[in-house]
Amino acid sequence: MSEQIFHDSESDLVHRAKWFSSRVLIYGILIVWTIVCLFPIYWTITTSFKMAPDVMRGHMIPWVDYQPAWLGWRSLGLSPETILAESTVREQFLQRFFNSLVTSLSASSLAVLLGSLAAYGLSRFSFKFGFMRNQDISFFFLSQLILPPVVLALPFLVLYRELDLLDTRLGLILLYTLTVLPIVIWIMRDQFAGIPTELEEAALVDGLSVWRAFATIIMPIALPGMVAAFILSLVLTWNEYFFAALLTSTHANTLPVMVASQTGSQGISWWSMAALSFAAILPLIVIGIVLERFVIKGMAAGAVK
Amino acid sequence: MWGSFALLLAVAGLQALAAGDAIPLTFENWRPTLYAYVLWGTCLCAGQVLVRGEQGKRVLFVLPATLFVVSMVVFPLLFGLIIAFSNWNLSSPDGRQFNGWDNVVQMWNDPFYWNALTNMVWYTLAIVVEYAIAFGLALLLNSEIRARKFFRVAFLLPLMLSPVAVSWMIGKSMLEIRFGPISRFLRELGVENVSFFGNPELARLTIMIMDAWTFIPFMMIMILAGLQAVPREVQEAAKVDGASGWRGFWEVTFPLMLPVSITAILIRIIFKLKLADIIINVTAGGPGGATDSVTSFIFREYRDRSNVGYGTMLAMVYLVLIVIAMTALLKLTDRWMRPRY
Repeated sequence: MSEQIFHDSESDLVHRAKWFSSRVLIYGILIVWTIVCLFPIYWTITTSFKMAPDVMRGHMIPWVDYQPAWLGWRSLGLSPETILAESTVREQFLQRFFNSLVTSLSASSLAVLLGSLAAYGLSRFSFKFGFMRNQDISFFFLSQLILPPVVLALPFLVLYRELDLLDTRLGLILLYTLTVLPIVIWIMRDQFAGIPTELEEAALVDGLSVWRAFATIIMPIALPGMVAAFILSLVLTWNEYFFAALLTSTHANTLPVMVASQTGSQGISWWSMAALSFAAILPLIVIGIVLERFVIKGMAAGAVK
Repeated sequence: MWGSFALLLAVAGLQALAAGDAIPLTFENWRPTLYAYVLWGTCLCAGQVLVRGEQGKRVLFVLPATLFVVSMVVFPLLFGLIIAFSNWNLSSPDGRQFNGWDNVVQMWNDPFYWNALTNMVWYTLAIVVEYAIAFGLALLLNSEIRARKFFRVAFLLPLMLSPVAVSWMIGKSMLEIRFGPISRFLRELGVENVSFFGNPELARLTIMIMDAWTFIPFMMIMILAGLQAVPREVQEAAKVDGASGWRGFWEVTFPLMLPVSITAILIRIIFKLKLADIIINVTAGGPGGATDSVTSFIFREYRDRSNVGYGTMLAMVYLVLIVIAMTALLKLTDRWMRPRY
């Protein structure tokens, strides 16, 4: 046994203890918050596999507390034994799912297309539409953010009725594009401002036209930003409920509308509601986990100037 | 270009006449005018290039978006102004009837609308608490921890979920009085049978918490991005200068974060003002309108009475209030955000 030569001095020990306790505190808070964030999702997944008595008794852990059953998924026609059989509920569900997919994808694409063109134009050239300069035009676009959707909702209801766009996907797509356009412009303006102008100047000297230069040189550089904007608008449009509830009735319903309409009618069949909610949020959870980087990038774009 | 514009005018005029029964033509709907408008828009864009050459090509970047926004925002807004001053029940056959200031008078005497507006003030004030939590979480995520990516993804997830699903997951099932996990947990703690949506204050608080749950990640991410942009040297310099943790935060980190924080809060306020989905689905404004936001109130107003005119008037007043409040806020923050050195 060798004598210990270096003793931790009294102050070092205090320091170590302090460091250790702060670590515990930090991880404690982090873990508590993680539970706060994830527990509702966990609850929904497990509930979709529960039977009525399991819900009543508040069982939580599958296989330990209760035996998972396909009850909830069977009512959607998505459980293993019903997946091949005919099911009207599944037809309905798939139609809504498809509606959601089509509207959110096309609205996001349209918004990214229009938005990035406008953002590029505004960040590079100077315009004059009457009294409006670049600054004013940018403000005009961004001010749409403040506009609450209610203000437009009822006029659109009437207009769409006249235009025969009520309960159509096209109508929803146009409206969704409008709601996410300012966000896209905001993100993309930031992106383009970060790209040095020398790049296109060189391209222009080489004889490319403005549009060719944009398509071949700027687009590839700005692509990550465009993806970020696209994903952010995808999330927003997928989740949109208000307009969808007002403007659609049978054909163009999106998933949130379906979820909401089920809440009232069958509040007791927890399992099927849980299955439905989970099916509605699953794509977003996947996006959130796989493409988290882009989502964060998109949201951070406005923050750091 | 002018040709297509003439076509637009011609089609629109024709339809207007047909709608007024002036000529014996009947249309199913106003679609032809829409098509003519799209055609005109395209021709206008193409015309810019042909007429103005290189400059026109540049205009082409901004023009489509401008046309789109003008047709989708400015036009409906003007149209909304017209219907705001009318009594228009969509299900009745009479159609629109101009009724002047009646809607304003009705609004002035509508206690539920004012109640919804006061609720909005409360909901907006809750942002301060949300901001504090978000800032704390961002600081934690920015400190030296393991598994940062895992925590970041976990913290981000609530934002991705649709409010409707959230309102079912939390509002309807987890807060269920008899067997929801949260009620059960509270019962373990000795609180008997909390009815979360029974009394007004508690119901409002519950809605606030659910909304906060969804949107705290949003502010957190923005602040985190801001924190990561602060050069490490600044904090080291502060440490060398002898600033302890607490003082270092208030005198170095917080002032540096001020611009980002204000942006985050402003955007959060904008989102908060649209708050409706959760309320519509969980409480439908109850008990007694205690949880109503303006949006959900108008939504129900339309659902119950399908009176477009009154609803639009309410929305317009809301818009005016918002614009005034936001302008004041922007002016105020503009003064704060000016660097003071």
